Amino acid sequence: MSDPMAEIRASFFIECEELLEALQDGLAAMEGGDTDSETINVCFRAVHSIKGGAGAFGLESLVRFAHRYETVMDEVRAGKLSPDHDAMMLFFRAADVLSDIVRASRDGETVDESEVETTLSQLEALAGDPPEEDDEAEVSDFQPMSLAIDLDVSSDTDDLPALDEADAPGKTFVRFAPHAALFASGNEPQHLLRSVSALGAAEITCDESAIPSLKDLDPEAAHLSWTIALETDASETDIRDVFDFVDGICDLEINAASAPSAPPLLDLGDLPSTIDDGGEAAPFPEAATDEASTMDDAQDAQNGARRGRLTLSISEPAEPDAASGAMSQPPIEDTPDPEPSDAGEAAPTLPTAKSDAAAPVADTPPVAAVPTPSGAAGGQDAPAKPASAASQPKPTVRVDLERIDRLVNLVGELVINQAMLSQSVQEAGLPSNSPVSQGLEEFMQLTRDIQDSVMMIRAQPVKPLFQRMSRIVREASVAVGKRVRLVTEGEGTEVDKTVIERLADPLTHMIRNAVDHGLESREKRVEAGKSEEGKVTLTAAHRSGRVVLEISDDGGGINRPKVREIAESKGLIAEGLTLSDSEIDNLLFLPGFSTASQVSDLSGRGVGMDVVRSAIQGLGGRINIASEPGSGTTFSISLPLTLAVLDGMVVKAAGETLVVPLGAIVETLSLQDTEIRSVGNGGNVLHIRDSFVPLLDLGTELGYREAPTSYDGSVVLLITQEDGTRAALVVDSIEEQRQVVIKGLQESYGHVPGIAAATILGDGQIALILDPVDLMSNIAGRGRASAPPLELAG
Amino acid sequence: MTDQTMTKHSDDSELELLSFRVGEQEYSVDIMSVREIRGWTRATPLPHSAGYMRGVINLRGAVLPIIDLACRLSIGVTETTERNVIIVVQIGETSVGLLVDAVSDILSIPLTELQPPPDMLSDASASFVRALTVVEGRMLRVLDLDAVHPQKEGTAA
Amino acid sequence: MGLQILAVDDSRTIRDMLKLALLQAGFEPRLAEDGMHGLEVLERMVPDAIITDINMPRMDGFGFIEAVRGQERHRATPILVLTTESAPELKARARAAGATGWIVKPFDPEKLVKALRTVAGPGAA
Repeated sequence: MSDPMAEIRASFFIECEELLEALQDGLAAMEGGDTDSETINVCFRAVHSIKGGAGAFGLESLVRFAHRYETVMDEVRAGKLSPDHDAMMLFFRAADVLSDIVRASRDGETVDESEVETTLSQLEALAGDPPEEDDEAEVSDFQPMSLAIDLDVSSDTDDLPALDEADAPGKTFVRFAPHAALFASGNEPQHLLRSVSALGAAEITCDESAIPSLKDLDPEAAHLSWTIALETDASETDIRDVFDFVDGICDLEINAASAPSAPPLLDLGDLPSTIDDGGEAAPFPEAATDEASTMDDAQDAQNGARRGRLTLSISEPAEPDAASGAMSQPPIEDTPDPEPSDAGEAAPTLPTAKSDAAAPVADTPPVAAVPTPSGAAGGQDAPAKPASAASQPKPTVRVDLERIDRLVNLVGELVINQAMLSQSVQEAGLPSNSPVSQGLEEFMQLTRDIQDSVMMIRAQPVKPLFQRMSRIVREASVAVGKRVRLVTEGEGTEVDKTVIERLADPLTHMIRNAVDHGLESREKRVEAGKSEEGKVTLTAAHRSGRVVLEISDDGGGINRPKVREIAESKGLIAEGLTLSDSEIDNLLFLPGFSTASQVSDLSGRGVGMDVVRSAIQGLGGRINIASEPGSGTTFSISLPLTLAVLDGMVVKAAGETLVVPLGAIVETLSLQDTEIRSVGNGGNVLHIRDSFVPLLDLGTELGYREAPTSYDGSVVLLITQEDGTRAALVVDSIEEQRQVVIKGLQESYGHVPGIAAATILGDGQIALILDPVDLMSNIAGRGRASAPPLELAG
Repeated sequence: MTDQTMTKHSDDSELELLSFRVGEQEYSVDIMSVREIRGWTRATPLPHSAGYMRGVINLRGAVLPIIDLACRLSIGVTETTERNVIIVVQIGETSVGLLVDAVSDILSIPLTELQPPPDMLSDASASFVRALTVVEGRMLRVLDLDAVHPQKEGTAA
Repeated sequence: MGLQILAVDDSRTIRDMLKLALLQAGFEPRLAEDGMHGLEVLERMVPDAIITDINMPRMDGFGFIEAVRGQERHRATPILVLTTESAPELKARARAAGATGWIVKPFDPEKLVKALRTVAGPGAA
């Protein structure tokens, strides 16, 4: 079995991500003017919970930062601080730093200490007061209830005379007299006594002398006290620790080597002022045990039954409902009759030194009144149980990703098997209206439904990705001195987990670009009559079985003459070419292109849009660009919903079956030799509608055969890349269009040039899935050396 | 490279081997690395792969690369018929199919009877052999699977 | 059979840790995510003790304790509060809300068990 703490630790970091997401949401809402206290509470709790978990794993830097952040959030929560724009920006930045520390803690990496310290001191400055270590968060939530007044009079044990030489030295005497509040708090003397006696050999005596007669008995009041003679190595601190929870709601005396004789301090505020034979105004009866014996039989029997050595046997825990003072006495050792008290004498600290044994002495009357126990217990007046909230979060299950992938694989198997079965049925020549064919039809539908459902398990909302982008916008806008607002839409759109992970880098780059290059400077915006604050919009939506992401800015649009100039000066295109607007825009995707005349430290990191494009294509996606001078630029990314299945065209080339991703194919043509032109070096181009496209024989390119001398009658797939680069792929024939389950080759074999992955077809054979971009770039690499580059269409 | 696999059996005194025929020669592998044996099915060729890489087959939904052992050992290219056999072996984290002519036997060879290959083994297969033994007068070579299939063949190629 | 303990905390991590510590000590943990949820669970059980966090959505720890104490069958059930700080006034506050005791986060499983034994006894183990 794996280490459960390691599992919890891993789970903690997942929870942190959720909490950070909630924090981001809350901050965004606050920034948008939401002053609902619950919004602030959510933010506070997120930081608080991160701190709590971090403490459990000893992540000190995380605890430290979260603590400071939490302290400031608490000020906001308590209404002591109303954050302005700058404070909100600080909160966002603090959330960013917090997530950095979380990730660094998770991955065992280090964070930028200076940024942490800066943010910490800014938070401190905002809070005004230097942070107190014991600053507690719960203050404002707390509604104090009436509390028993501390009757502790026994702390000064030095004053107590030693009473009993008969007791062996080395013993510690503990006198314990609960107040009514102790019972109200849910504490149980029996358990406390048991815990004390666990420290050593204990002899416990109970003083019942304070129990009034039954008719006067307030069952909620405390009437008993105990003396424990403890033979132990434990220190006084150890003993006090046992009583930690009841500190202040009981009287506790600890006296080494002597029997403490302080009078029990009883909560008798509600007791009648007279007791049958105890004299007037004397709450302490002459002989409480006698009084007790006058109680009803049951109570008497109970008391009797409970007499016994605590250290030997302990009765069942008392029923919770019976846990009020008089009803839950622990077993007691032979209790000597208590010394008659000097009734009415108000001498709380003076023990009566007359007792002749280590017996507790019933003596002193209460010094102060105690609130009614029912009040202290929050009893009858407590609010009714609140109705269940309607807004229960949707229940979720966390599942190991490996298990899901296994399920995805199995469903893939199912799809393949079903395809094989269909093929057999077809080959058997069964009519389409036969029960077998019809049953198979339903089976296929079911399979498809199962497949879709399984794929949805891997799907996740793009929200966390979008939140990362909002951080990028904040950081980028600070770096270039622009005010930028990120607007997101469709955060709930779900995409395959792997797709989301692999989108982060390209999106980051595009967002930086939008802030850096897309948006104009403040001055230019004002000049153009726009608001000073630029806007970047990030949207996600499902569109016809794909996910479409759009990144747009309301900046100045692509400066086409400049783009063209740069491309020409860098030799990326020939001078004087006739290019459409969209063709110019697409120059941005050419390797080695960068529009910023002064390379800013932001997006000029040597990563161009060409890298973005290949990343998107690596996901089976397409990227397009649209720009309107003066009003902005939009990049659209279209992605498959999942990386597990692919819409493909099944083709034959040199006798081998291959799958070409449907997304790459623009059109299919049948080929006549007359349309082919030779360009030397054995290269051919296809003349199609006034343009020339390189012609590639797929079988030859994959090394399956020598280049054929004639292509007459072959089929051609016109393939296009996002930049408009095209190629014509010659294949023998087109078999069918279908969805295929992607099987990675990387794990079992490694990278194969020109091949993206493999799949299993209906006949059980493996077919390779073509990677047209990789194929074309391999050829371009070879072609550049030998043949002149082919110009864009025109 | 001699005996890191053999030490696994150090508490046994014998090594169990699966022997098979490649061309006219007899080879064997540690039976602990054998996952299954199956009949030949056509492999889908991988473009631009090494000559001994026959391609990939579908092994119950997994993509299994197939190595033509005769080609790998420079004995010649296997002319596949229905009688050919694929021995699925586990090498490190990955599974690989070895195309051989026929499976012969399962043998228990006392470790003491295994000898390291002589430095000057005449044929080109020397570097793939980690031990030799003699069974009923025939020489039996024990294959070094790590040498036969270096990890991530494709990326290295 | 160990003591039945209801642990209420909105943090999954803390819930997991409480559950682990309680199971290892031979208790029978029941978990709830916030005060509301805790009350729902209490409709179907009478735990030997309750552990609750303070800062929680929907119903916080104070509200929860108050509501629990307001129910006749739970009014004497020991309740331990999980707090991140240990200032004396905090303890007073926790107690004033009706708590029986407190556990300082991050908690030490041994101390947690000791605290539970102190308020709920040894169980029938």
